[in-house]
Amino acid sequence: MFDALVTRARVKSPWVLHFDCGSCNGCDIETLACLTPMYDIERFGMINVGNPKHADVLLVTGTVNHRNKKVLQALYEEMPDPKVVIAIGACGLSGGVFRDAYNVVGGVDRVIPVDVYVPGCPARPEAIIDGVVAALGKLRQKAVPTAAGAGGNGRFHPRMKATGSS
Amino acid sequence: MKIALLTLAGLVLAPLAGGLLAGVDRKVTAWLQSRKGPPIIQPFYDLIKLFAKEKLAVNPWQVLCAWVYLMAAVFSVVLFFNQADLLLLFFVQAVGAVFLVMGALSVPSPYSQVGAQRELLQVLTYEPLLMLVFVGIYQVTGSFRISSVLDHPRPLLLELPLLYLVLTYALTIKLRKSPFDFSTSHHAHQELVRGVLTEYSGPFLGLVELAHWYETVLILGLCALFWATSVPGMAILLGATYFLELLVDNTMARMTWRWMLRYVWTVGLVLAFTNLLWLHL
Repeated sequence: MFDALVTRARVKSPWVLHFDCGSCNGCDIETLACLTPMYDIERFGMINVGNPKHADVLLVTGTVNHRNKKVLQALYEEMPDPKVVIAIGACGLSGGVFRDAYNVVGGVDRVIPVDVYVPGCPARPEAIIDGVVAALGKLRQKAVPTAAGAGGNGRFHPRMKATGSS
Repeated sequence: MKIALLTLAGLVLAPLAGGLLAGVDRKVTAWLQSRKGPPIIQPFYDLIKLFAKEKLAVNPWQVLCAWVYLMAAVFSVVLFFNQADLLLLFFVQAVGAVFLVMGALSVPSPYSQVGAQRELLQVLTYEPLLMLVFVGIYQVTGSFRISSVLDHPRPLLLELPLLYLVLTYALTIKLRKSPFDFSTSHHAHQELVRGVLTEYSGPFLGLVELAHWYETVLILGLCALFWATSVPGMAILLGATYFLELLVDNTMARMTWRWMLRYVWTVGLVLAFTNLLWLHL
């Protein structure tokens, strides 16, 4: 029963972090449109957070290049488990029209594991919401409350531990 | 026996009420923005989810500070339910507020640091006002004990209307509503990410959130003391006050700490001293 409650709470409360890896802003505008009264994703308990440490879902738009792949990697590491990643738009999926450029790594999945792919150029808000719902299905499968969250001794932030506290 | 029951009521009812209130808050806010908004019990989903997330901390201090903040909030609510001394309650909640700031100061993140400084300024702004409210209550009832407020035959609101306004300033700051939501905000994407809460995550953010519910109930409880003679009166007063908070939150922009210090201290202190002098006329 406890597990069912936790799984339900996780599915009902996905906090979303949106990272623009160098998109043309088309997908970003569509992503932010999901927050407006028109689509109002807060109905489903989704909140757009600006902080990886509070996020459950990572939305990535745009082409990954050699500069921002480190940032993407860091954001992913800073998110506490369980987490899911959604790649949005043609660029996020494969690098899009920029895939042959010398500075481009390619899709988001070259750097971090991706759970859901949302195609489109730009992806429509409906498609993005669909993608998040699909990601919640993945989250439901991932949910093993005792192993990932409530139990265990926890960990210190990988980067912070190296520098120590001030 | 009575103490045990009241303590239990404080421990269990306060977070339930605080969580539901947070849900109603989000629903009404959504309504004011012509959105549908999340279900009323959304804050409980959020809290359960946070407690079941991975424990990811920056340092052990943070963990301790989150716990002390929660314990202080719980203890002050228990004191309130047991009709203890207002001054004791005030000091206990102040300790909690300071520990929240210390946790945020213990990490290198600049967002957390600046958020902590601003939170300290917020504490500095509302604490003297809260103190003056208690002084006003003492002047009227002759005691700092909550039980003597409850024994007072007339609503305090009749004698301390201006001090009630002062208390609502403290409430707005404590609830982190606009225009005073600059140490952290319920809405993300402010200039400091989540300010003082930036580096608390997972279960520790859950602890802070739970403590916040307790504190909300505490301050609303203090508001309720101003019409303690009748239960419907209490409900009307709290309902009207909270709706006004939401309206202010949705119509005001976020201001700066300089503005807050200047505005709240001048208006607040003038209102408070006028009311205190007026008691002796």
